[in-house]
Amino acid sequence: MSNEAVLHGSHVDTSHHADAHHGDHHDHHHHQSFISKYVFSQDHKMIAKQFLITGMVWAVVGGLMSVIFRIQLGYPEASYHWLTDILGDINKNWVTKEGRITADAYYAMVTTHGTVLVFFVLTAGLSGTFANFLIPLQIGARDMASPFMNMLSYWFFFAASVVMMSSIFVESGPFSGGWTAYPPLSALGDASPGSKTGMDMWLIAMALFVVSSLLGGLNYIATVLNMRTKGMSMTRLPLTIWALFFTAVLGVLSFPVLFSGFILLIFDRNFGTSFYLSDIFLSSTNTALPNEGGSAILYQHLFWFLGHPEVYIILLPAMGMVSEILSTNARKPIFGYMAMIGSLFAIVILAFLVWAHHMFVTGLNPFLGSIFVLLTLLIAVPSAIKVFNWLTTLWRGNIRFTPAMLFAIGFVSLFISGGLTGIWLGNSALDIHLHDTYFVIAHFHIVMGVASMFGMFAGIYHWYPKMYGRYLNNTLSYIHFWLTMIGAYLIFWPMHYEGLAGMPRRYYDYSIWESFKQFAELNRFISTVAMIVFAVQILFLINFFYSIWKGRKVTSQNPWGSTTLEWTTPINPGHGNWPGEIPEVYRWAYDYGKDGHEFIPQTQPVGENESHH
Amino acid sequence: MWYFLMSDAFTFGAFLIAYGTTRFATNGWPDPNQVFKSYPLAAETANAPLVFVSIMTFILIISSVTMVLAVQAGHAMKKRSVVINLILTIIGGLAFLGCQAWEWTHLHHEGAWWGSNPFPNADGTNATTNFTNFFFTITGFHGFHVFSGVIINIVMLIMTLCNVFEKRGHYLMIEKAGLYWHFVDLVWVFVFTCFYLI
Repeated sequence: MSNEAVLHGSHVDTSHHADAHHGDHHDHHHHQSFISKYVFSQDHKMIAKQFLITGMVWAVVGGLMSVIFRIQLGYPEASYHWLTDILGDINKNWVTKEGRITADAYYAMVTTHGTVLVFFVLTAGLSGTFANFLIPLQIGARDMASPFMNMLSYWFFFAASVVMMSSIFVESGPFSGGWTAYPPLSALGDASPGSKTGMDMWLIAMALFVVSSLLGGLNYIATVLNMRTKGMSMTRLPLTIWALFFTAVLGVLSFPVLFSGFILLIFDRNFGTSFYLSDIFLSSTNTALPNEGGSAILYQHLFWFLGHPEVYIILLPAMGMVSEILSTNARKPIFGYMAMIGSLFAIVILAFLVWAHHMFVTGLNPFLGSIFVLLTLLIAVPSAIKVFNWLTTLWRGNIRFTPAMLFAIGFVSLFISGGLTGIWLGNSALDIHLHDTYFVIAHFHIVMGVASMFGMFAGIYHWYPKMYGRYLNNTLSYIHFWLTMIGAYLIFWPMHYEGLAGMPRRYYDYSIWESFKQFAELNRFISTVAMIVFAVQILFLINFFYSIWKGRKVTSQNPWGSTTLEWTTPINPGHGNWPGEIPEVYRWAYDYGKDGHEFIPQTQPVGENESHH
Repeated sequence: MWYFLMSDAFTFGAFLIAYGTTRFATNGWPDPNQVFKSYPLAAETANAPLVFVSIMTFILIISSVTMVLAVQAGHAMKKRSVVINLILTIIGGLAFLGCQAWEWTHLHHEGAWWGSNPFPNADGTNATTNFTNFFFTITGFHGFHVFSGVIINIVMLIMTLCNVFEKRGHYLMIEKAGLYWHFVDLVWVFVFTCFYLI
C-alpha cells in the first residue's frame, strides 16, 4: 500500500502520485474528536505516547513493588505499620500482625515485578513506544503500514494490562511462582495461593500481550520494508530503525513459541492434561498426582526459546537509540555502520541458539551444555564489536553532554559491566555455583534491566522535543541521571559479592541463615539506595508531566542538529507527519563533521565533489 | 502475511516439537491404525484404518486447488470464476471441519478426551494420556485455524460480491487469503504425518 493510501483509506485511488494530494493533509486531520485523537487514535505518534505512558504506570507499579520487597530484605525485623495498613487493604493475606509483609506477598511482588518490568515496561513500553514513534518518522512514511492494526496492538496491550492489574486484587493474590512461571508450581492450583486464580489471570494477560506484540511486530516489519521514502535504501537507515526492525523480527519468531507453551499450560491447569505434569508426590495431600508422562523441562525449553530472545527484544531498541544519540551528540559519524548492522544481525541469529544456557542445572546433557556454552560465549563477539564501535564513535568527538547523551554513555558503561559477568554465567561449570544466586540477579539487572532503562531514558530525553514540542528541565534531568547512575551501581554491584558467596535468590528472609548473616548490613544498604533511586524516578516523572504543559517551548525544527528525517517535520507534526510531500533522501544518516560542515541532513543532495556512502 | 505465517509456523513448530519430545521420552504409544479405524455409519467392528482421515486430507488438498484457481481468476480479473472457486473452497473447508467434528465426537464416545485415553499402547501396555492430550490440542488448534480460514474466505467472498476488488483494480487480498489457506493446509500435512502415520 502506498504511503498516501495508508492515511486516506483504500477509497483513494492509489495510482495517484503523492503530489496530487499535496497540501490537503491538514484539512483532513484537524477535525478529530477527543476519542479519535487521544483514545482510539490511529496516529502512530499518539499510539507511541499511549504505550509510553502505560509503560510508565507499570514501571511505577513494578518499581514500587521492588521497594516494598527490598524493605523486607533490608529490614526483616522491623515493623512498618503505615505500609502494611495500605497493603492490607489490597490483600489481607499480605500482612502480619507485627506489621511485616508475609512470604506470600513477597513472592507475589517479586513475580509481578519481574513480569511487568520485562514484558510491560521494557518490551511494550520500550519498543512499543519508540518503534511506533520513530519508524514512520525516520524512514519517511505518513504512518505505519496498517494504522488500524497498530491501534489494535495498543488496545490488546491495554487489555493485558487491565487483566494483570486486576490479578493483583484477587483474594488469593497474583501469581507468585516467579516471572518464568515454571510448572509444576504454575500448573497446580494447590501449589500456592498465587497459583489459583492469579495464575489464570496471569496467563490470560500474557496471551493478550503476545497478540499485541505480534500485531505490533508484523506492522513494524512491513513498514520498514515497504514504506521507506524515495532514496531511503536499507543501508541509509538510521541504526535505530535497524535495531527496531531486528527487534520486531525476534518478537515475531519467538513469542509464538511462548504462546504454544502457555496454551499447553492452560490445558494442564484446566483440562486435566499431562503435558508438564507427571506422577509427582504432593506433600499437601500425601498422594501422587494422577498425571503421568509429562515433563516440566519441556516447559522450560518452550519458555526460554522465547525467554532468551526476549532479552534482546529488550536490549536491541536501546542499542539502536544509543548508537543514534551517541553519534548525534559526539558530532561524529557512527563508527562502523555496516559492522553495527552485522553485529545486530549476528545477535538475532545467536539469540535463538542459546536458550538452554538458562537450563544448565536441569539435568541437561553436559555435552549439549558445552555446545550451548560455545554459542553463548559467541555472543560476546558481536557485543564487543558494538561496544568498541560506540567507544570509537565517542573518541575525539565534540561531545555535547545533553541528558540524552549522558544516559547513552551510561548505557554503554552498564552494558560493559553487565556483559562481562555474562561471560562468567555462560560457562556451564561456573553456573553450577552461580545459578540462582544474587550474582544472576546482579548480572541481568545491570545488562538488560537498568541498561535498557537507560536506553529508554536516553530516547525519551532525546525525542521529547519531537513528542511534545517542549524541552524537559535540564537541572532535574542531570540530577536524575547522576543519582540513577550511581544508585544503579550501588544497588547491583554488591549483589555480585553476595552471589559469589552463594546467597540464593527468591528467599523471603535471609536473617535466619548463619551463612548469610554477614550480609545483613549490605542488604540494608542496598535497600536504602533502592528507595532513593526510586524516589529519583518520581522526580523524573514530575519533570516529564510538568514539561508536557509547562516546559520550555522548542523554537527550531532541529534542536539537536541531527541529520535524520524526523527533524524535517514541523515542530508539532500532524497526522501524516509532513505537511507537503515526503522529503527525498540522498545520503546516509551519519554525515556529521563532513567536509567542514557540522552536519548534513539526509535530505540534502550529494554535492558535486563530495564522496558519499 | 508472510511474516505472520512465519510466526504461526513457529507456534505449530513448538507444538509439534513438544509432541515429539514427549513421545520419544515415553515408552509406548498407541497405534494410530487401531485408533483411527472407523468412519461414519460404520459398524462397530469396522476396520478401515486411516481411510476416513485420508478422505479428510483429500478434501483439504482439493480445497487448496480451488483456492489456487480463485487466486488465478483474481489475477485475470474474472469475478465470476473467483466467486465460484471461493465458494468451492469454503465448502471444502466446512466439509473438513465437519469431518473433524465427527471424528472428535466419535473418539469422545470411545472415551477419549483431554486427560483420558482408552487406547492401549501398540505393545498392549497401558498408555499415558499424552496421546489424546496432544491429539486434541494440536488438531483442535489446527481446526481453529481452518475455521478462521473459512471465515476469512467468506469475508473475501462477500467483498468480491460487493465489487470491492473490482473498484480497487486488483484482487491482492484474495492472494493473501490464499497464502493463509495454503499454510493451514501445509500444517495439516505435518499434523497428519505426526499423528496418523508415525
